[in-house]
Amino acid sequence: MASLGELERAVMDLLWAGQEAATANTLRDRLASAGSGHEGKELAVTTVLTVLSRLEKKGLVERERGTRPHRYQAVSSREEHTAELMHEVLGSAPDREAVLARFIGSVSEGEAETLRKLLGHL
Amino acid sequence: MFWASYLLAVLAVVLAWPVPILLSRAQWPARSPFTAMLLWQAIALAGGLSMIGAMLVYGLEPIGDNLIAGLRALAGMVLFNAPTTALGFWHIFALSAAALLTAHLVFTLLLTYYKIERQRRRHRELLALLASPSGQDAATLVISHDSPVAYCLPGGSRSVTVLSDGLMAALEPAELRAVLIHENAHLSQRHHLLLWAFAAWRQALPWLPTTRLAQESVNSLIEMLADDVALKTESKATLIKAIAIVASGSAPAGSTGLQPATSSLVLSGLDNGTGGAGSDSARTTASRVSRLLSPQPQLPAALRNLVLAGCILLLALPTALLVVPGLLG
Repeated sequence: MASLGELERAVMDLLWAGQEAATANTLRDRLASAGSGHEGKELAVTTVLTVLSRLEKKGLVERERGTRPHRYQAVSSREEHTAELMHEVLGSAPDREAVLARFIGSVSEGEAETLRKLLGHL
Repeated sequence: MFWASYLLAVLAVVLAWPVPILLSRAQWPARSPFTAMLLWQAIALAGGLSMIGAMLVYGLEPIGDNLIAGLRALAGMVLFNAPTTALGFWHIFALSAAALLTAHLVFTLLLTYYKIERQRRRHRELLALLASPSGQDAATLVISHDSPVAYCLPGGSRSVTVLSDGLMAALEPAELRAVLIHENAHLSQRHHLLLWAFAAWRQALPWLPTTRLAQESVNSLIEMLADDVALKTESKATLIKAIAIVASGSAPAGSTGLQPATSSLVLSGLDNGTGGAGSDSARTTASRVSRLLSPQPQLPAALRNLVLAGCILLLALPTALLVVPGLLG
């Protein structure tokens, strides 16, 4: 049985790849046909629903309320999430600097120019 | 114990202003970053201790010959409604200020910890979905992004180092190794604890110039410490090249390989920091490179020991001023 973390990732990959919202059943079928790591054991729809509700709690997935069964879709695209992540990394507010340690902090254009010249000499 | 409160106040003022300014302008910290780091911690701790201690000792003066007796008498007033007539207005004012400052410092420390942890957890959640394993080891992830980025996200056993595609493409294997060793040094030397403490200190007392100077210096010193670890196995030229490539690639109008969306992100990141943290880290990069280009010998052992003795003295002095009057009286 794949771990919940791996399933979350697999579900997000499906939602990011698909254009439209999908039900838990559809997602389960697609996961099963992709052979998503569950050896010999059928992936239960309830497991997929658990994964979806975890993702919903994390703000990554949203549910269409009106219909039954519920249809799920990704809140933002993969690229938007990557951009959000990188914004956090490249931003330079002092309170953010304590969250992670970057190899190079933000650099001014003048300094980058100096370093580029230096690179030419190396 | 009246004189003790004056001495503590003098110590608090000296540690809040002239000493940090002198230390932040000094050249020697780049030669012995570890010693300088200890000194900054001693200054911060002793500064806070003497600030709180000065007000406490002053406020308790009429009701106790020493700190313990004073605190006991104060507890009697607060908890058991003992008469407070011995305390004048300024004594009560000083005691309240000491209590408020202590609570403020502790709460800010906890709040900052909570905020940092929340951001890290969110970041880890997204990484779990977006990043892929690097193939080198489980704690190194690769994220698909064009600008050269490398960073580590501390979190005990879940600590990870993240590299971008752009970085992997721009660097030679040896340079990549230097970057990884540098980032892992941050994790193994627990630099995030220093970053947390000094970020909280700045958050708690942002109007005190010391807190900004201390945070900037500490940010810069941990980079030097991590560079030194990388230099143990990789050559100086490799590390300088890695720094120069990453720095010039992550500059706003830099590498042409950046997609428009990406470069605008980098730009907005810089804009946030104009005049603030952005220039801090720019100075950090400059001082790192110049330190590698023209290496200075480490501080002589005698001087390092002198600074260490100074650190101990800094911590012992306010403690002694708090405790000794009781022993004398």
